[in-house]
Amino acid sequence: MYPKEMEKSIRKVEETRQERLKKLPERMTAKEREEILKKFHPDYRKGAKRKLKVGVSKGSILPNEVADLIEAYPLIHPDEIDLSQIDYETDILIIGGGGAGTAAALWAYYNGIKPENILIATKLRHGDANTMMAQGGIQAADKPNDSPAIHYLDVIGGGHYANKPELVARLVLDAPLIIKWHEDLGVMYDKKPDGEMITVHGGGTSRKRMHSAKDYTGMEIMRVLRDEARNIGITTLEFSPAIELITDEQGKVAGAVLFNMETEQYYVVKAKATIMATGGFGRLHIQGFPTTNHYGATADGLVMAYRAGAKLRDMDSVQYHPTGAAYPEQILGLLVTEKVRSLGGQPVNVDGEQFVHPLEPRDVEASAFIRECYERNKGVVTPTGMRGVWLDSPMIEMIHGKGTIERRLGAMFRMFQRFDIDMREEPILVFPTLHYQNGGIEIDKEARVLGKNGVIAGLFAAGEVEGGVHGKNRLMGNSLLDTQVFGRAAGINAAKYVKKAKIGKLTLKHVKKYIEELKKAKIKEERKSPVLLPDYRGEKAVARMIDIF
Amino acid sequence: MARKKKIENKKMVRIYIMGKEYLVPAGLTIMKAIEYAGYRYIRGAGCRAGFCGACATVYRKLGDYKLYANLACQTTVEDGMYLVQLPFVPANKATYDIEKVKPDENAILQYYPEVARCVSCNTCTKACPQGLEVMDYIQAALRGDIKKTAELSFDCIQCGLCAIRCPAEIAHYHVGQLARRIYGKYMMPKAKHLQERIKEIEAGKFDDEIKKLMKMGVKRLKELYNKREIEGEAVESD
Repeated sequence: MYPKEMEKSIRKVEETRQERLKKLPERMTAKEREEILKKFHPDYRKGAKRKLKVGVSKGSILPNEVADLIEAYPLIHPDEIDLSQIDYETDILIIGGGGAGTAAALWAYYNGIKPENILIATKLRHGDANTMMAQGGIQAADKPNDSPAIHYLDVIGGGHYANKPELVARLVLDAPLIIKWHEDLGVMYDKKPDGEMITVHGGGTSRKRMHSAKDYTGMEIMRVLRDEARNIGITTLEFSPAIELITDEQGKVAGAVLFNMETEQYYVVKAKATIMATGGFGRLHIQGFPTTNHYGATADGLVMAYRAGAKLRDMDSVQYHPTGAAYPEQILGLLVTEKVRSLGGQPVNVDGEQFVHPLEPRDVEASAFIRECYERNKGVVTPTGMRGVWLDSPMIEMIHGKGTIERRLGAMFRMFQRFDIDMREEPILVFPTLHYQNGGIEIDKEARVLGKNGVIAGLFAAGEVEGGVHGKNRLMGNSLLDTQVFGRAAGINAAKYVKKAKIGKLTLKHVKKYIEELKKAKIKEERKSPVLLPDYRGEKAVARMIDIF
Repeated sequence: MARKKKIENKKMVRIYIMGKEYLVPAGLTIMKAIEYAGYRYIRGAGCRAGFCGACATVYRKLGDYKLYANLACQTTVEDGMYLVQLPFVPANKATYDIEKVKPDENAILQYYPEVARCVSCNTCTKACPQGLEVMDYIQAALRGDIKKTAELSFDCIQCGLCAIRCPAEIAHYHVGQLARRIYGKYMMPKAKHLQERIKEIEAGKFDDEIKKLMKMGVKRLKELYNKREIEGEAVESD
């Protein structure tokens, strides 16, 4: 049910529908894409980013919200932590229980590490991660008309040629193997009766290589991996995020300090290898955008790894997903999967006109939506003043037949139906939303974290926390793939590494050094990080809070 | 006792968080309303988008005997709601080696014999915030129909509301998980093109081409990218 004003616009959308079925707008030329990005993409907004004043990647440009956390003091002073009392001693510590962390755990196990010598420490529950929320799909070039080389070109072109080639190569070459692994674990991918994978396009793909499990792709993968980790008996500590890495005297990473959020005590974990799989930063609400991300996406791993000397890359670009829900208010910013467009849903303006090809790369598509709403003033305005464009979902069933939306977009259908909108009958309103951390800590193709002098011994990273795989813009279906490919790589390589690794005395020297550097740069002690969780408490309540208990 | 708080304007609603009264703006989700009241979640919030099952909530409405169940992040607050969230659901998950599970009609009963205790009361179905036919898939499991169990349970977000309400103490969502893994692994046909492609990759068929791309300058890459052929958008039936 839409308000009257919006209903009027919907009538116009209905009027143009038959015509629009026949023809799509042209895709933009390279030049047009460049121009629209410069003019409308939030990454180009002045004053939203700044140069880092401290650390290995001093001078590189980051969104203010991230720079604030990097240029912040530790939650507790290193001297307040007793490292002589070790609570957990393990071969491999995995920080983060999402898709990357869980894949890493499983592959470490396949490579000879006993389950009791793998420890997953996670901030919320095992599986509370952006992986769980990935709807549209996972890319893999496994059809005869496709190849990893074609996939490579799509990834690097989509990423504006800023990607790290060795990471892209690994991503595309390992992709089919990952899908096969999932198939063997029992992931229910969408298939034709003969077993052929049903694949569709995503924004910026040149072949239909998007594999899916309805629009619950990430959830299906995540719950199978978690089930497997539980069957194997991998130890998992929930509600116990890491708040600082531990190094030994030689600077090797040797575990982490965890924080039990419920009892508020800390634990010391001594580990021969540590895998950072903490995900991204959506909950920092860069430039005030709403986000598709889960509650814990607060860049903790980025902060901790940076203090331990990890280099950052491609952090200047942020991904805004073109289609966040713009109505109703209750679901503002939540993800409307790109698959709605893959299946034929067209973006149209307030007058029911097409204005952009539905499957431009994400940054271009998002920019076109912003242009339509704010330069051309052809957006739809909601009762709370949000602007958005229509995503003409009823077209999907005109193209693919009745029942398609419930069958292939069950999650979307359900989400809108909960708020009395039937996307089979009426279009849905969308606007760009903060979606993904394109960059992150730099790794090599073995998922080893790189610092000033090459590999930081003992530290691996996988998933959204690392950068380089996607350059300046990630394509749909490559983030789930990233978590799996590099989670696997991290698990395998950490397993190899721990067979020879020896750690010395545990220290937090690197944190002390970092504090000194912050002081030298004259950064005031007013901010602390990692932040662990966003704070959404009502202003009125916060204003009267007293800290006495 | 006379209430001190007055509703300032009609856009506020009265809710009871674990019995305590708060005034919150109408139109918020339960999750946002609880935060508005001053709570900060550690448990009870996950994806905040209806995919993770962390925010299972049970509530009654003033003057209504029914016990409702839903997701805090996907439900709008109503005046007179008495709310409590489940921080955790104790439900045993069977452990199994998926390689050794036999995909026959006894597979599920072997690991979850309590499925046979189902009294067909349908309480699980009523409690499901996803609107799934939970009882039907438990009955299918009982009959050994793995396919149906897998398909009917597919949209399960594993919040555990079914398990907490079941008089027969079944952990439905774990049953569904096992069925889906058996179905996905043993009963769905394998993708042959996938196996072919892996063979080609292992034989190094694409290595030279990828190496060439890795060394290629941006200018040449751009040319290739901009003139790359895009597979037709023609609709594929499925």
